[in-house]
Amino acid sequence: MNLHEYQSKIRFSEFDIPIPKGKVARSPQEAYEIAKELGGPVVVKAQVLTGGRGKAGGVKLAQTPEEAQQRADEILGMDIKGHKVLRVLIDQASEIKTEIYLGVTNDRAARQPLIMASAEGGMDIEEVNRVSPDKIVREHIDPFLGLRDYQIRNLAYGIELPRELWKQMMQIARGLYRCYVESDATLAEINPLIIDGSGNLLAVDGKMSIDDSALYRHPELAELRDTSAEPAAETQARAAGLSYVKLDGEIGCMVNGAGLAMATMDMTKLFGGSPANFLDIGGGAKADKVAAALRIILADPNVKAVLFNIFGGITRCDEVAMGILTALDEVKVDLPMVVRLVGTNEEEGRRLIDEAMIPHMVSAATLADAAQKAVAAARSA
Amino acid sequence: MSILANKDTKVLIQGITGREGLFHTEQMIEYGTDVVGGVTPGKGGEWVLGKPVFDTVKAARDATGANASVIYVPAAFAVDAMYEAIDAEIELIVCITEGIPVLDMMKVRARLDHSSSRLVGPNCPGLLTPDQAKLGIMPGHIATPGNVGVVSRSGTLTYEVVYALTQRGIGQTTCVGIGGDPVNGTSFIDVLQMFEDDPETERVVMIGEIGGTDEEKAASYIAAHMTKPVVAFIAGQTAPPGKRMGHAGAIVEGGSGTAADKIAALNAAGVKVAEHPEQIPDLL
Repeated sequence: MNLHEYQSKIRFSEFDIPIPKGKVARSPQEAYEIAKELGGPVVVKAQVLTGGRGKAGGVKLAQTPEEAQQRADEILGMDIKGHKVLRVLIDQASEIKTEIYLGVTNDRAARQPLIMASAEGGMDIEEVNRVSPDKIVREHIDPFLGLRDYQIRNLAYGIELPRELWKQMMQIARGLYRCYVESDATLAEINPLIIDGSGNLLAVDGKMSIDDSALYRHPELAELRDTSAEPAAETQARAAGLSYVKLDGEIGCMVNGAGLAMATMDMTKLFGGSPANFLDIGGGAKADKVAAALRIILADPNVKAVLFNIFGGITRCDEVAMGILTALDEVKVDLPMVVRLVGTNEEEGRRLIDEAMIPHMVSAATLADAAQKAVAAARSA
Repeated sequence: MSILANKDTKVLIQGITGREGLFHTEQMIEYGTDVVGGVTPGKGGEWVLGKPVFDTVKAARDATGANASVIYVPAAFAVDAMYEAIDAEIELIVCITEGIPVLDMMKVRARLDHSSSRLVGPNCPGLLTPDQAKLGIMPGHIATPGNVGVVSRSGTLTYEVVYALTQRGIGQTTCVGIGGDPVNGTSFIDVLQMFEDDPETERVVMIGEIGGTDEEKAASYIAAHMTKPVVAFIAGQTAPPGKRMGHAGAIVEGGSGTAADKIAALNAAGVKVAEHPEQIPDLL
């Protein structure tokens, strides 16, 4: 789960990281009020869960409250890479002398947390890593020892941070690591961390991602999820206990198991179609889950055919077939459907599907056969 | 021969009295696995499915001589269950549980590195040596003994492939699901090495997916160390970047972990990569 910039920065400030004074506005009028209260020039920043806001015109400087109102009016409602701007952050503007990068993330390959610093702040760190990886100073962290002071000194030394700022850097890096650990973050990033006009370090932009598996022990963070920033179907799927990701294609996929779901998506592409979604209904393929999944798939207007691919292991294919047929009693489907059941009692499962004589529904024996049938059906629909 | 487990493996079940644990323990026993007991704190002294239940892993180990444990406890307690099994010096720990926080797993990993235990999983279907033992939730009857080793990050996709192999009369030595989490106990390389060393395994099937760089590392390992032919499949070619595909570890981040990169690395290592799962038996 990704947090907005303003949410990340509020969280940072709880861990002694200095951030600019600012507040979130949902309307130009609110932006005016906030800018007036802050006094002096402000930055109006679109709050969307995607990068490249600056380039898209979603970050603007304003000298007066009137100008802040005008800028907020321009930015609110803007579409940035498919994300509609519903909030703007109004921050006190800072004079920027230097831009630094500081971030903590999970290093999957090393199986340890990793803290990184770079003097090339303000740029996308992945871009820095691609162009000049030597500009990034890295320290792996033993999860039992935590981040040690000498490691922070290594970072400060490595990016040639003026020595008079090392003390501030200590406080910020320790805070950022604590924030990462205590939030179960997979990423906690300050970019840029600036040296401001008064010569102090200040976190003017930030980003956090929280480990979804750990949200159960952070109810206060779980509440921060911005469901307006994701497709409605993904919100509904989460509530139904389904794993769903919306894609752009025309073949709705319903599969049990994440790996098999990905393989099924890939198959539609291999045979000239494209998947409308990733959807894992989990084990068992019970009627209520199938029905919930069907509703979500059918709500996507791009879908022209539905492909079921279920492996019956411990839950037998005949049980799965019954689940699908029961769900079809509940949810009316006018689109062509291809059902492929494989595994335990697959002949019996296929027989049940065929004998039900559901209009537009056919069974398929192999995954290749199922994908081809689904692609053909979507084309002629 | 086989790897990791066989008919002589003495298996404990952590969480034996829970719904999942009970259901799958019954299936494991039915398959012929030597389940010697279970652990549920607070229920020591009871009997379940004809097996003794203990309060702690240490007590269970001392009483039964167990050398493997399968963990079916909920995510909030699974981390403690893994530490307990490591502390009791259980040689093989299989954690089925899904949804364990990554920060916890990084600590478990660090602990494992200083122990004599091997962990398979978490978030995995476990492993199965046909007609000998099944440690986990794989459906037993889809596998048949033979000389192909199977290793995978997935669950049902593995069953799909194993079933297809069995249907074509191609049997397996051991099928291992290493799990779909970003940080896990056993990597592709660990299992590839075991298959390379296992005299009965003649060929290997490796099923990977997007996210991380374990498949790329496995490719380098195969090129440098493996004499046995490996056939691979990588799921997630159509997955968009930045989106998690069900498994916590199945995500393309910062341009890293794409299916294209993994396939290119495997091809360069001389591994035949199937375009779709049903091609795997042909490529073998």
